[in-house]
Amino acid sequence: MKLNEKELEILGVLEKDARIETADLAKMVGLSIEETESILKKLESDQVIVKYLTMIDWTKIDEHQGVRAMIDVKVTPKQGVGFDEIAEKIYRYDEVQSVYLMSGTYDLSVIVEGNTLNEVANFVSQKLSTLESVVSTTTHFILKKYKHDGIILEQEKKDKRIVVS
Amino acid sequence: MKATKSTYISRTVRELKPSGIRRFFDLAAGMEGVISLGVGEPDFVTPWHVREAAIRSIEEGYTSYTPNAGLLELREEITNYVKNRYHVEYSPSEVIVTVGASSAIDTAMRTIIDPGDEVIVVEPCFVSYSPTVTLAGGIPVPVQALKENDFKILPSQIEAAITHKTKAMIICFPNNPTGTLLNRTELEALAEIAKKYDLLVISDEIYAELTYDDSFTSMASLPSMRERTILVNGFSKAFAMTGWRLGYVCAPEEIASAMLKVHQYALMCASTNSQYAGLEALRNGQGEVEKMVKSYRLRRNFIVNSFNEMGLTCHMPGGAFYAFPSIESTGLSSQEFAERLLLEQSVAVVPGDVFGESGEGHIRCSYATSMEELKEAMKRIKRFIDSL
Ligand SMILES: Cc1ncc(COP(=O)(O)O)c(C=O)c1O
Repeated sequence: MKLNEKELEILGVLEKDARIETADLAKMVGLSIEETESILKKLESDQVIVKYLTMIDWTKIDEHQGVRAMIDVKVTPKQGVGFDEIAEKIYRYDEVQSVYLMSGTYDLSVIVEGNTLNEVANFVSQKLSTLESVVSTTTHFILKKYKHDGIILEQEKKDKRIVVS
Repeated sequence: MKATKSTYISRTVRELKPSGIRRFFDLAAGMEGVISLGVGEPDFVTPWHVREAAIRSIEEGYTSYTPNAGLLELREEITNYVKNRYHVEYSPSEVIVTVGASSAIDTAMRTIIDPGDEVIVVEPCFVSYSPTVTLAGGIPVPVQALKENDFKILPSQIEAAITHKTKAMIICFPNNPTGTLLNRTELEALAEIAKKYDLLVISDEIYAELTYDDSFTSMASLPSMRERTILVNGFSKAFAMTGWRLGYVCAPEEIASAMLKVHQYALMCASTNSQYAGLEALRNGQGEVEKMVKSYRLRRNFIVNSFNEMGLTCHMPGGAFYAFPSIESTGLSSQEFAERLLLEQSVAVVPGDVFGESGEGHIRCSYATSMEELKEAMKRIKRFIDSL
């Protein structure tokens, strides 16, 4: 699929601010609201825009439970289907947040979320490792998130410029 | 400020008008919750790799003077950059690294002006041009680019201001405060006048990298203009490096070496660590410049379309990061508009008349401000207009 400049601009804006009003977005790219809406519809139905999400820092919430682990998974690829079949088996679990096929020393990078460390550990030992083509797993628990998808979580917002220059 | 009668102060300086920007700064500085569209600098912080290069230079102990003209390495990089981006060839001995474009402009004036020489200043423009001419003993001759021409100066207007004392003209496109960019043909028409009357052109190209629709042409790149152009540029706007105080000037050998005399006695050299930062910016900073330009373009479109929608006519500026809407429909002067907007809605803008007579009836609004703030500022300005 080839997108024109305006469509790319729209994606660039939405990637940073999914809540922007269509009227403002239209002004930014220099199109009418109707034109902008129809581009959005098209990008949505083509699943170029997959979903509009919110980045939340749950660690700020008292009593919020939740741990995340990144798991390096080595697998034996299968004749004919390669890695796709095992990837699919893994991503069907609700605990699994992301699955990526990787270059390098292991094959799949799996991000798993659970309420407690134990929950994640159990998932890895009882579900993930027991899958037929999984050869080995290495689990890394995430201790603190500093920057996520290009956003620094504790960003100082102060404008250091003088007011008029 | 009390008008001083002190005989300690030279008559020239006593008679120099304080910058109109300064007054608004003082007014806004004491207020809380102000959204400022009055800022003449990028809202980006200098790219990290550039900051890191300066830190490294400090760690390695580069804390002494550089040659007066600046690090040779940096001047070489500037010649490459100017050749690749603006298609003008200079040798490193024709480049001086300056303390911002500001010092390049001042040094240029002091280098070329004899007492009584006239310099044509195309207005509306950055506030330093006329004062630096005056301080150098010259006479600034303002010529007004008009709103009906989208603030593009016409060659006939310049020609009409030329006398036998005219030494030079200073121009700036993309322009502060109007954002206007001249295309190659329009620039060529000005060049013809310069050649016809044997004038120097000081071309302030500080916003060269910030263009949004059409590409930029450097005055010095036009046929037979290199020999009569003092090309001023710098790192402040393109690389978001205003606080580093780093700029440069390119001029033919004879002019550059004369300017170096002035520069060396007045300034010795530009900050050493800033020069190392500048080197990194030129070598590896273009990707960030392009990202910033993309972001400015969206914000420009937003603010200009918003102004037009609320009934303040605003031409689409080709470059820089300023919108310059007309506020004539409100019946207020630009000073009244800006002052009331600040006091009643806490939005700081700069009244257009501080940039020259033809800026009256307009306000300068910088869109180097976050989208959140721009959206809020547009709401407040609309509220202000509706209340009139
Ligand atoms: C047109 C123009 N020239 C020169 C300057 C000064 O730039 P520098 O920071 O390089 O001294 C500015 C800054 O606002 C400007 O707008």
